[in-house]
Amino acid sequence: MHLLEGQGVTRYFGGLAAVSDVDFYVDRGEILGLIGPNGAGKTTLFNLISAALKPTRGKITFEGRDITPLPAYKIRRLGIARTFQTVKIFPHVSVLKNVMVGALFGTDRYLSSAEARKKAEAAIEFVDMGPFKDVPAGDLTLAQQKRLEVARALASEPKLLLLDELMAGLTPTEVAEAMGDIAELRSRGITVIMIEHVMQAIMAVSDRIIVLDYGKKIAEGTPAEVAANPKVIEVYLGEECHA
Amino acid sequence: MFVLLALLPTMTQGYLVTLLTDILRYAVLTVAWVIFSGPTGYMSLASAAFYGIGFYVAAVFNGPLPFAVVIIVAGLVACVMALVVGALTLRLKGVYFCIFTFALTLLVNSVVLEIERVVTGTRGRFVETESTQTAYYAMFIVAVLTVIMAVLIRRSRYGLALQSIGEHEEAAAHSGINVVRVKVLTFAATAIVMGMAGAIIATRRAYIDPGIAFNLDTSFLPVLMALFGGMANLVGPVIGAAVFTYIGELLLTRFPDLYMLIFGVVLILAILFMPNGILGLAQTTWAKIRGGRRAPA
Repeated sequence: MHLLEGQGVTRYFGGLAAVSDVDFYVDRGEILGLIGPNGAGKTTLFNLISAALKPTRGKITFEGRDITPLPAYKIRRLGIARTFQTVKIFPHVSVLKNVMVGALFGTDRYLSSAEARKKAEAAIEFVDMGPFKDVPAGDLTLAQQKRLEVARALASEPKLLLLDELMAGLTPTEVAEAMGDIAELRSRGITVIMIEHVMQAIMAVSDRIIVLDYGKKIAEGTPAEVAANPKVIEVYLGEECHA
Repeated sequence: MFVLLALLPTMTQGYLVTLLTDILRYAVLTVAWVIFSGPTGYMSLASAAFYGIGFYVAAVFNGPLPFAVVIIVAGLVACVMALVVGALTLRLKGVYFCIFTFALTLLVNSVVLEIERVVTGTRGRFVETESTQTAYYAMFIVAVLTVIMAVLIRRSRYGLALQSIGEHEEAAAHSGINVVRVKVLTFAATAIVMGMAGAIIATRRAYIDPGIAFNLDTSFLPVLMALFGGMANLVGPVIGAAVFTYIGELLLTRFPDLYMLIFGVVLILAILFMPNGILGLAQTTWAKIRGGRRAPA
């Protein structure tokens, strides 16, 4: 049984199929990369998994359970945490409290405030944000806010983590650090699906890659297979021809 | 302070007790409004609906039932009403929620008026009265309950959830907060004390009709008082309610003709020059005195 599986997942916006009949799965401990040109439907797929949107058709199961009808907060409590392409933080609240929200509410288990605080602090340490614990999140740099989102997601010890363009806008050094963090997540047994445009990074850390274009899955396989796939090359290098 | 307020009716009487009851009433309404609308940013104008329903509970039950029971029933009825309204409207965002709660107050007003016309054939009702002192003590207890509720919510994880919803509702939902439930329950909890305050004031009125019970001032004044006092903590709304009620009373007795005019000007000046309320102004001034040039701009 796959950890997460989607069958025929489809989402229309008006007449436009943002995600069209996509089958996908991810297994425990795997790092799955999700790539494709802008507007390919990657973030929409994340929104469908995390129930920010409901699929028009199709079914998504997590640990064998149909999660398609569940609201966002229940999906989070089942163990699917996410970050956002455009950061969504609580700007006037301290970093620690931002992360404590994830620790307190991201699980069905009742945690005491002290326990939640401990978990939040551990998550903050993991993303190297210890010194900024008491800073209001809105005062952080974009790179720090992205790390804060990761900490908030990790604070409830999720089984599956959805990372949406974590590395966009980061310096090469920060990209290298982020890659190290993802590798460490795997060693902790957290499964990851990541959307990324930084090819060098996603090719290096992913076990498997799915390529979307115009809402359809056009390729799937190991990084090497995907990189050699003529369809993928056409989508990425042939873009100019359509213009 | 609390002891002084608790013993007050034994030391003085008449006007001051009535004035203080009025101040406490607005403190209840303002603090209750701030509990929900402060952190979430959902501006509710339904206070008058919950408060007014308390009037009617008092009109129907006070006399047959003991006053204390009437107050509790009023709280429960307002709570149920808020649960229903909340479940229907708290999916709305921003200005839509605000307008809907405003419309709700008008709707309840019309519905009660219509029911009275059909059922009793009269416009108003008489309410079994209570003494000034009884009303004062009842309001004092409700005010204490309101402040306790506010403090408990602010300090709990529930308060953090409310604040998260105000800061970024979508992120709150994806962090595992059941945003609909948190909003509806808080909205309903604050309606309890609003309904209780209504039941108490009704017993000082003797006669009520829908226009009195669901007066829209009850929806707007707490909002203005909260802005006037400042919402950063709980002292602000209480001070706002006290000062505002007193100024209103003063103007009404000294300059009955110019009351609304002066009141409006005072309010505009307050909003222009005290964006963080009286409390914000006090804090800035204090910081300037203490910190000299290091005071925040």
